[in-house]
Amino acid sequence: MNGVHDMGGMQDMGPVREEKNEPVFHHPWEGRVFAMYIATGAWRKWNIDAARYMRELIPPAEYLRMSYYEKWYAGLVKLLEGRGLVAHGEIESGKPASGSSKATPPLTAEQVPTARHRGASTSRDVPVAAGFKAGQPVRARVINPTGHTRLPRYARGKLGAIHRDHGVFVFPDGNALFQGEKPQHVYSVRFAARELWGEQAKPQDSVYLDLWDDYLEPA
Amino acid sequence: MQSTRRNFLTTAAGAAGAAAAELSASAQDHEHEHGHSHQVVPSDMALRVKSLESLLVEKGLVDRAALDALVDTYENKVGPRNGAQVVARAWSDPAYKQRLLTDADKAIGELGFGGQQGEHMVVVENTPGVHNMIVCTLCSCYPWPVLGLPPVWYKSAPYRSRSVIDPRGVLREFGLELADDVEVRVWDSTAELRYIVLPERPAGTEGLSETELAALVTRDSLIGVAKVQTRRQGGAA
Repeated sequence: MNGVHDMGGMQDMGPVREEKNEPVFHHPWEGRVFAMYIATGAWRKWNIDAARYMRELIPPAEYLRMSYYEKWYAGLVKLLEGRGLVAHGEIESGKPASGSSKATPPLTAEQVPTARHRGASTSRDVPVAAGFKAGQPVRARVINPTGHTRLPRYARGKLGAIHRDHGVFVFPDGNALFQGEKPQHVYSVRFAARELWGEQAKPQDSVYLDLWDDYLEPA
Repeated sequence: MQSTRRNFLTTAAGAAGAAAAELSASAQDHEHEHGHSHQVVPSDMALRVKSLESLLVEKGLVDRAALDALVDTYENKVGPRNGAQVVARAWSDPAYKQRLLTDADKAIGELGFGGQQGEHMVVVENTPGVHNMIVCTLCSCYPWPVLGLPPVWYKSAPYRSRSVIDPRGVLREFGLELADDVEVRVWDSTAELRYIVLPERPAGTEGLSETELAALVTRDSLIGVAKVQTRRQGGAA
């Protein structure tokens, strides 16, 4: 979806402001939202692509106005409702629906270190042929999917070169919609800054993106 | 089946929008009071989150002690000190540095770091002629095991938008002026690879121990928006 979340190359967002001695969370509720997102993820009712897509669906004016953890809260509520872990009425009332049974949390405090250390790799050990090899010139496809995609607008149609093959990973576009993993190779692709931005960029500068086979064509 | 999924997403989109619109209405009031728009908190955000937490606990969907442990982990146990240790080891041990640049997961794992949002790591090396910086233009991907959770500026629209088109301008806002002939490489984290920069070791640090070196390495230098300075350089700057 050509949404406001796809920000690379915009110029009107103002200066970067760094906060000195910034805390990890600015308010206790931010930490709780973060922790609830991780803990409910242990139910494995969604994947990282679906979670990102939920945040991308926040309307643009709100997306720009909301803080990071406000977006996480809104996305989490939609995941919980959409995947059937809680009902809309329960969010409204803050109480479990009458007669609903009590589940057993899949993540306990004792399991937190192990679960964190294990992570949730989206690399897949399946034999999939690589469409491209290191050094090969490629063009990022001109596509405009209306759902989730990890091919930013600023790279579409641009000429680059394969820098390195990272191996096989879950393809996000369909995975975000629970349509399957479609594992394929991901490559580090180098784009000259001038190819992306024209003469205003320095000739030696570049931007590297990690792109899936489906995003690329031979050039 | 497919249409059910589509319905879910359509419904979710609408509802997320509604929730967002509500949030932003109260955010605007608040913004007016304080005059700075980043990290403005709607007055009822704390209440909403508290309500959601008690609901999830009551339904047995989350364990409250697990939430406490997660907050504690990212507030106190995981942070840029981890990444600083990796860099100090690389500066002190050429064989480790080589492993770090060729198989970052393994090398970082040797120091006990790895896992969630750092399952697949790449380390890019700064030299006198090459400056690297890390961004995620599409969301806010960040290597949690070695840097902790990202600061607000990294997740902000200004950084996400301009890092790729005007990296030198962004670096200037951080007080870092690069020479014209330096090559800038920006790494946009569009997939599940996570990046850190291996900064240049500052001159005059030859006698320092690994622990002393690690103390010089800042979070910003690991993202590539700053150079590592010795205490003396830092004081003079």
